[in-house]
Amino acid sequence: MSRPGRPGGLLVPRMRRVDVAVALLLGLLGFAAVVQVRTTQEEGPLAAARQEDLVQIIDDLDNRDARLRAEVAALEQTRQELTSGTGRTSAALEEARRRTQLLGVLAGTVPATGPGIRLTMTDPDGILGPDVLLSALQELRAAGAEAVQVEGRAGEGTRDVQVRVVASTSFVAGDEGGIAVDGERLLPPYRFVVIGDPATLVSALRIPGGVVDVVEQLGGRAIVDRSSAVEVGALRRLEPPRYARPTP
Amino acid sequence: MIPALALVLGVALGLVLEPTVPVALQPYLPIAVVAALDAVFGAVRAQLEGIFDDKVFVVSFVSNVLVAALVVFLGDQLGVGGQLSTGVVVVLGIRIFSNAAAIRRRVFSA
Repeated sequence: MSRPGRPGGLLVPRMRRVDVAVALLLGLLGFAAVVQVRTTQEEGPLAAARQEDLVQIIDDLDNRDARLRAEVAALEQTRQELTSGTGRTSAALEEARRRTQLLGVLAGTVPATGPGIRLTMTDPDGILGPDVLLSALQELRAAGAEAVQVEGRAGEGTRDVQVRVVASTSFVAGDEGGIAVDGERLLPPYRFVVIGDPATLVSALRIPGGVVDVVEQLGGRAIVDRSSAVEVGALRRLEPPRYARPTP
Repeated sequence: MIPALALVLGVALGLVLEPTVPVALQPYLPIAVVAALDAVFGAVRAQLEGIFDDKVFVVSFVSNVLVAALVVFLGDQLGVGGQLSTGVVVVLGIRIFSNAAAIRRRVFSA
């Protein structure tokens, strides 16, 4: 700062030592202020924080860390439980599917294939009664038949009707000839398609006084074909029981 | 004029050199800057009131900075550094405000 009344202009002022000191201090101030501002900006708020504050901050972070770790552990456990639960569930589902397949063969809701026989009974005189079919079925069951269907002509047409034989199957004499199997009217020739051990089934049918004998006594013919793969393809819809309930 | 130029020069130097603050100085530099600002505001006020004395300015500047640093240092040693720093900043802030108010009255007559 130029002294009042002193000539010499601004560029070459006469400087006393105090003037130099003042300038020096102000320069130092500007320098220090800028340095401090830059430091604060560069290093973020933590650089300016004091030791206690830093300790506090670290404590907070530690607490938060512990909380989050506990949360992670809990979530991991939940995940594990869910995963193993899914495993158990899928195993149970698999087992249920398997049982459904097995029971479906019994209940006639799924097609079945396997070794077995075909028993064809002709009835030229139209005198084969439901008792013959029923006794044939009994013989087959006693010989270990696992899946059975009955086929016959429907009405006067050539189309075959197939009926899956299940626990509730009934054979009733038809009103105008033929036999009603579970309400389906079948006309001869009748055919049983049976899955089971072919040798046992055949010998069961051919015992003296058995099905084959009876049919031939009535004037028809009973033909038994063995096969390594017969297909019982007729299906039956599963009706839920109206009265029976599983006993808990 | 020269002090203003010196201030600008210091700022420019700080911007160009980009020095890092030594760790030992880090707690004191902000307080020292605030204390120096207080001295500068006091000097501007004295200048406007016509009672500016550059020797007084130099002494008050240096002693302000030293006392502020000393107070912070003592606070750190006593374990109340944070609170004492806050106290110093508050006191200096109040002084800066009152000086600024005096300057404002001089300059704007209001």
